[in-house]
Amino acid sequence: MAQVQLKNVVKKYGAVGVVHAINLDIAEGEFVVLVGPSGCGKSTTLRMVAGLEDISGGEVIIGDRVVNDLPPRERNLAMVFQNYALYPHMTVRENLGFSLKIAKRPQAEIDRAVDEAAGILSLTPLLDRKPGALSGGQRQRVAMGRAIVRHPDVFLFDEPLSNLDAKLRTQMRVEIKKLHQRVGSTVIYVTHDQIEAMTLADRIVIMRDGHIVQVGTPLEVFENPVNTFVATFIGSPPMNLLEGVIRAGQVVLADGTAIPQPPGLNVAEGRKVQLGIRADNIMPEGHALPPTAHMAFVEMPVILTEPLGTETLLYATLSGTEMQAKMLNPRPVSAGERMRFGIALDKCHLFDAETGNSLRG
Amino acid sequence: MTVQLKTAQNPRGPRPRRILNPTRLMIYGVLIVAALYYIMPLWVMVMTSLKGMPEIRLGNIFSPPMEVTFEAWGKAWNTACTGLQCEGLKVGFWNSVQITVPSVVISIIIASVSGYALSFWKFKGSETYFTILIFGSFIPYQVMLFPLVMICRELGIYGTLSAVILVHTIFGMPILTLLFRNYFASLPEELFKAARVDGAGFWGIFFKVLVPMSTPIFVVAVILQVTGIWNDFLFGVVFAGTKNWPMTVQLNNIVNATQGVKEYNLNMAATILTGLVPLTIYFISGKLFVRGIAAGAVKG
Repeated sequence: MAQVQLKNVVKKYGAVGVVHAINLDIAEGEFVVLVGPSGCGKSTTLRMVAGLEDISGGEVIIGDRVVNDLPPRERNLAMVFQNYALYPHMTVRENLGFSLKIAKRPQAEIDRAVDEAAGILSLTPLLDRKPGALSGGQRQRVAMGRAIVRHPDVFLFDEPLSNLDAKLRTQMRVEIKKLHQRVGSTVIYVTHDQIEAMTLADRIVIMRDGHIVQVGTPLEVFENPVNTFVATFIGSPPMNLLEGVIRAGQVVLADGTAIPQPPGLNVAEGRKVQLGIRADNIMPEGHALPPTAHMAFVEMPVILTEPLGTETLLYATLSGTEMQAKMLNPRPVSAGERMRFGIALDKCHLFDAETGNSLRG
Repeated sequence: MTVQLKTAQNPRGPRPRRILNPTRLMIYGVLIVAALYYIMPLWVMVMTSLKGMPEIRLGNIFSPPMEVTFEAWGKAWNTACTGLQCEGLKVGFWNSVQITVPSVVISIIIASVSGYALSFWKFKGSETYFTILIFGSFIPYQVMLFPLVMICRELGIYGTLSAVILVHTIFGMPILTLLFRNYFASLPEELFKAARVDGAGFWGIFFKVLVPMSTPIFVVAVILQVTGIWNDFLFGVVFAGTKNWPMTVQLNNIVNATQGVKEYNLNMAATILTGLVPLTIYFISGKLFVRGIAAGAVKG
C-alpha cells in the first residue's frame, strides 16, 4: 500500500499538451476516481502513473519513490483494462499467476495466491478454462483477479466496466467496492460515467481539457460544484441553467420572470448570471415540496413527461430554456398542461454568466 | 433435458436442396476448364516420367504409359549426371536442405523480433527504419548481386554455404518483417500493456505472450521462406560454390545438358522431385497459410 502524488505532471505529444501541470495527492488506501468527458486526459494521467506513457514534466511519486523513470514492473502496481486484456492462450489459472511467474516466485506460493484470488472473486470453478470460454462479467473478474494476486501498492482501473451491459455494470460496481474494502489498497479509477464516479469514489477528481477542475468527495462536488461544467457533469439529470440578470436582489430572466437570489448570496446589481437548479429542487406544487422557507414559485408549460415509477421527470420550458423537474407521487400529466412549480432556493446555485464559475464562497 | 435442448437448437424442416442452376453451371464450367488447363502439364510430366524412352519416341505425350517404369526416377535421384559428377539429384537435395533450414530459421527469428519491436516498442526513427526496409524490397536482386559478391569475398565466405544462407536471410528480411509487424499490430495493444504492468520485459512479452498467439503468422513465414529459398536458382548458383549447388541448379544442369540424347523421362522425374518439397509444405499447411495472410492483412 502506498500513497500516490502527482506534482505538476505534464503530458505532451510533440507540441500538443494533453495534460497540463496537474497536482494531486492520493492518500494510502484511498479510492480516487478520475472522471471527465473523452479526451480530458484522465486515461493519459493513469497511464503515466502506470508507466505505460512517458511523463513529459513534473513528478509522479508512489510511496516515497519518484517513479518517473521506472518501468511499470518496478512500480508494484496492477492495472485492469477496459477490454480485459486477458492472455487468450492461457487458462484462467495461468492468467492469474502470470505476474508471479514472471517474478520467478516458487510454484507453491503462486498456487496459493491464485487460489486465494479465485476464492475472493468466485472464479474457482473456472480456473481451467481459457478466456474465450468466459462471459464478459467473468472475464472482468479474471482481470481483477490478475490484479489482486500480486498484492500491489496501487490498483489502476481504466474504464473497467464500459464493455459490460447495464445490469452487470451495477453488479461489478458493487464487487469492486467490496474488493476495495477487503484489500484496502490505494485505487485510481478512470471512468467517464459520473454514476460510477459518485458510487465508488472516496474522492472524485473531475478533469477537463487536461486540467483538474474540482477535487472533492462525491457529496462535495454534487452540492458545491465550482462551475457550470461540474454542475452539469455530476448528477443526473444534469443541472438546469437559466440565464438572467441581477435586479433588486432577484434573478430576472429574459422573459421577465423574476426569481429571488438563493439565500446567503449577494451578487451585485446588473451582473449577468446563470441560475442553477437541479431537477430535485424544482417540483410541481402539491407533490411533496420540501419544507423550506426559501421557496419561489414559477408557472411553466409541460412539454414532455418521462414516468419512472416512483417519480416522473417533467420537461418544461421557462424563459425559452428547457427545464427538467421531478414530480414525486406522480399523477398523469398531459403535454401542454401549465403547472405551478416550487423552487427550493436554498439548494440553488449562481454562476457567473461568462466564466461559468460559482458565485458561492 | 439435454436431448430437448439439442433438438431445439438444430434447424428444422427438410435440408434445402442444392439446385444446379445456370449460374452454378457457369461457375463450375469455368473452374473445371481452368483446373484442366493447369493440371495438363503436370499430367504430361508424370506420364512421361513413367515411360521408357522407346515409348516416349512414339510421341503421344498425353497417353498414359503402356508399361509403367520407375527407372527414370531412380536414375534422376541416384545417377543422373550434373555436369561432371554423376551422382544424381540427391546431392543437390541435401545441399538445398542445408541451405534452406538455417536460412528459414534465422530469417524468421530476426524478422519476428524486429517486427515485434517495430509494432510495440516504437523508438525514435522506427518509422523511417521501417520505410527503408520496405523500400529495399522494391530494388531488383540483380542490382545488388555484384556488391554482395564483393562483401562475401571480403568476409571470406564466398562460395560456401554460409554465404548463400547470409544472402537468403538478408533478402527475406523486408517482406517477413512487414508480415510480422502487421500481424503484431493487429493484436490488441492492451495485451502488451497488461504484460508490461505484470512485470514482463522485452523478451518475456515476446516469448510468453506474443509468440504463443502467433502460430498462423509463423506458418505463413515458414511457407514463404521455404518455397522461396528452395526454388531459388540465382543466389545458389552465384554464392554457394560448385560443391554446394542446390537442387535447382543441379536440375538445370541435368535438363539443359547439351550432350547426348535428351532423356525426357529423366528430366520430368528430376523436375517433379525438385518441386516436391514446396508442394508438400503447401498442401499440408495451405489452410493455415490463408488464415495467417488474412489475419496479417486486417490492419496495416
